[in-house]
Amino acid sequence: MIRFESVTKRYPDGTTAVDDLSLEVPRGGITVFVGPSGCGKTTSLRMINRMVEPTEGRILINDEDVADRKPARLRRSIGYVIQHAGLFPHRTVLANVMTVPTLIGWDKGRARTAAMEAIEKVGLTADQASRYPAQLSGGQQQRVGVARALASDPEVVLMDEPFSAVDPLVRTDLQNEVRRLQRELGITVVLVTHDIDEAISLGDHVAVMRQGGHLAQLASPGELLTEPADDFVASFVGKDRGYRKLGFTTTQVESDPEETVALGEDVPAGRGWVLAVDEDGQPLGWVDRQGGSGGPVREEELHRMGSLAEVGDSARVFLDAALSAPSGRGVVVEDGRVVGTVVPERVLEAIRARGGSAA
Amino acid sequence: MIGGVAWSTVGDLLLRHLYLAGVPLLVGLLISLPLGWLATRYRWLAPPMIAGTGLLYTIPSLALFILLPLLLGTRVLDDANVLVAMTLYSVALLTRTVADGLGSVPGATRQAATAMGYGELRRTLVVDLPLAVPVITAGLRVAAVSNVSIVSVAALIGVSQLGQLFTEGFNRNDMGPIVVGIVACVALALVLDAGIALLSRVLTPWLRAGVAR
Amino acid sequence: MISLTWQWLIDPATWTGPGGIIAQSITHLRISVVALVLAALVAVPVGLFIGHTGRGRWLAINLAGAFRAIPSLGVLFVATLLLLPRLSGDLAFELPVVLVLVLLAVPPVLSGTYAGVEAVDPAARDAARGVGMTETQILWQVEFPAALPLLISGLRSAMLQIIATATIAAIVGIGGLGRYLIDGQASRQYEVMAGGAIVVALLALLVDLVMAGVQRIVVSPGLVVAKEH
Repeated sequence: MIRFESVTKRYPDGTTAVDDLSLEVPRGGITVFVGPSGCGKTTSLRMINRMVEPTEGRILINDEDVADRKPARLRRSIGYVIQHAGLFPHRTVLANVMTVPTLIGWDKGRARTAAMEAIEKVGLTADQASRYPAQLSGGQQQRVGVARALASDPEVVLMDEPFSAVDPLVRTDLQNEVRRLQRELGITVVLVTHDIDEAISLGDHVAVMRQGGHLAQLASPGELLTEPADDFVASFVGKDRGYRKLGFTTTQVESDPEETVALGEDVPAGRGWVLAVDEDGQPLGWVDRQGGSGGPVREEELHRMGSLAEVGDSARVFLDAALSAPSGRGVVVEDGRVVGTVVPERVLEAIRARGGSAA
Repeated sequence: MIGGVAWSTVGDLLLRHLYLAGVPLLVGLLISLPLGWLATRYRWLAPPMIAGTGLLYTIPSLALFILLPLLLGTRVLDDANVLVAMTLYSVALLTRTVADGLGSVPGATRQAATAMGYGELRRTLVVDLPLAVPVITAGLRVAAVSNVSIVSVAALIGVSQLGQLFTEGFNRNDMGPIVVGIVACVALALVLDAGIALLSRVLTPWLRAGVAR
Repeated sequence: MISLTWQWLIDPATWTGPGGIIAQSITHLRISVVALVLAALVAVPVGLFIGHTGRGRWLAINLAGAFRAIPSLGVLFVATLLLLPRLSGDLAFELPVVLVLVLLAVPPVLSGTYAGVEAVDPAARDAARGVGMTETQILWQVEFPAALPLLISGLRSAMLQIIATATIAAIVGIGGLGRYLIDGQASRQYEVMAGGAIVVALLALLVDLVMAGVQRIVVSPGLVVAKEH
């Protein structure tokens, strides 16, 4: 889809930002360029839409050299999202999103319809469309940035550190949103980040780059964790990669049956931790009946559940569910209903049964 | 009559004053826009350009009024001398202002516009320039007020406007016309100032939208 | 015309003697410096106060704007008509002029000063308070040095306006380079007017250069480096 052929970028002062980079970004999916600052990841991204011109080599989109296209026209065909959204403060949200459709020459009605669709796609309301960017929160502004990139239905969307300026909770939301949109629309996303966790959780393909603009490894996240190409990648991926690797390990963890109780049900003292569910079998919380007095289960005595594992989730999710439950038994659900629980040993057995290696 | 001066005279002089101060302000802005743009576009141009236009300001107004007929070949009493001199002063102030204004546009916004596929000229017109309005109008207000004050000096070379009331009063040892002239000058300056401030408000609705969530 | 002006300028007699360019330049500079110092004595403390406390900012902006709108020539005539009969000697002529020049110089110095203090990095101010500086120490050790670039810019633009306006002041009979403009006009000697105009512009430039040099020396190199990056 997007091919870098021996691309080098040298600046007049002699620094080399990107050195002989060759790689292929496959069609569809999310490809992440990740690396420490100064590794040339942003420069590489910006060469795709000719915000930066390569010194040597060429970049092809659908086998067409980008250098053969007029920069402004090329850019109109590629979506672009940047760190602080880069919205035009003097235009309303709607006018911001209409930017590219208008530049392409769509008539006003069509541009407007496309923009409203994009605004809805990213989860904003029609009411928010008439506001100015300054009237929205940082996370909402970034959603507008994404909508603006999508409005003209581009095949390719470039994202330069799109989530690094928002707080962690909002970041997770936005990451899920981008993942969902990518799947839904089948677009090709190239995303730059310095955050290896973001790269691994979001990317279908991850290109790890190192200082001086060298490509260290291009692989799937699982492969990156299992078989880092060299010491640099291994250390960049981080110390706890053994644990994180579990995130890409799907295992058949057999859950143990768990006896559940309903609210108001009489549970005697000494039964230990008991799992309470609602009438649909959805988990409500744990009840502590290790000692003290028995009696009907009251809502206010429920303990938080810890994380839930859905059947088919990765080993990491199962292990986390087991470790975060107050009872030591992680709750496993299917379609929201409790199907059983797992203890950490169960998860470890399952991992061992798989040979301990992931991917 | 007010302060020994006929109302109609004050009105005539006021209009003359507005003409001599206002037209150069507009022409000066039109010249400064491309100059200021050049200074932001080509960074190396900025220091010499700002210094050069700043130099203009070191020339005393009286000296400029007197020298221009020699340089332009105009008659000493020609309005053109004052108009050209005031335009030069306006350019001196506004080139810097325009450069500052265009420079104040956030880099992220400018880059986003380029990445969306705006050409340079179009981006300058529809993105950079509107965002520079607050800074540019702030400079326009200063230039308008100082133009009104400087134009009055032209009375010393005999070009009629409100400053004429100063010389008349002084020569007759009569405070009346001088005070009338000062009040009219200040009023004109303040009206121009308020007018530009209002214009700036109208042009920048996004700055007034409340930060509601 | 141009050659006549040139001849006037290179004639030694033009430069020397009691009415020569050198003597008139000195008078011009003396009046200008006195006015600038007086204006600074008023405007700098007020500007520091406004910048440090944030109080009276609105008043200062609007007052400075209104001051700018007052035509110097008119005020000069008013001051002269009022003071001339009440004073005697050189003072009778110079005091009104200095007053007008001070009035002219206060707004740029004031706004330069408070803008300078306001531009101080809030983190630096916070840190100063954090290490236990008193408000006075913060003002003199942190805010004042950091405000110097803008303060001196204010002084420079004030000085340019003073030198230019002091030229006009010759109309009320005081000495200075404005004499060439006024007397030249009266006697229709255009080469004298042109020559005088050139000398005033050169003097203004020279003074501005000197002040730029002072700015270089007194502003902390740390601030200059920070600005370049």
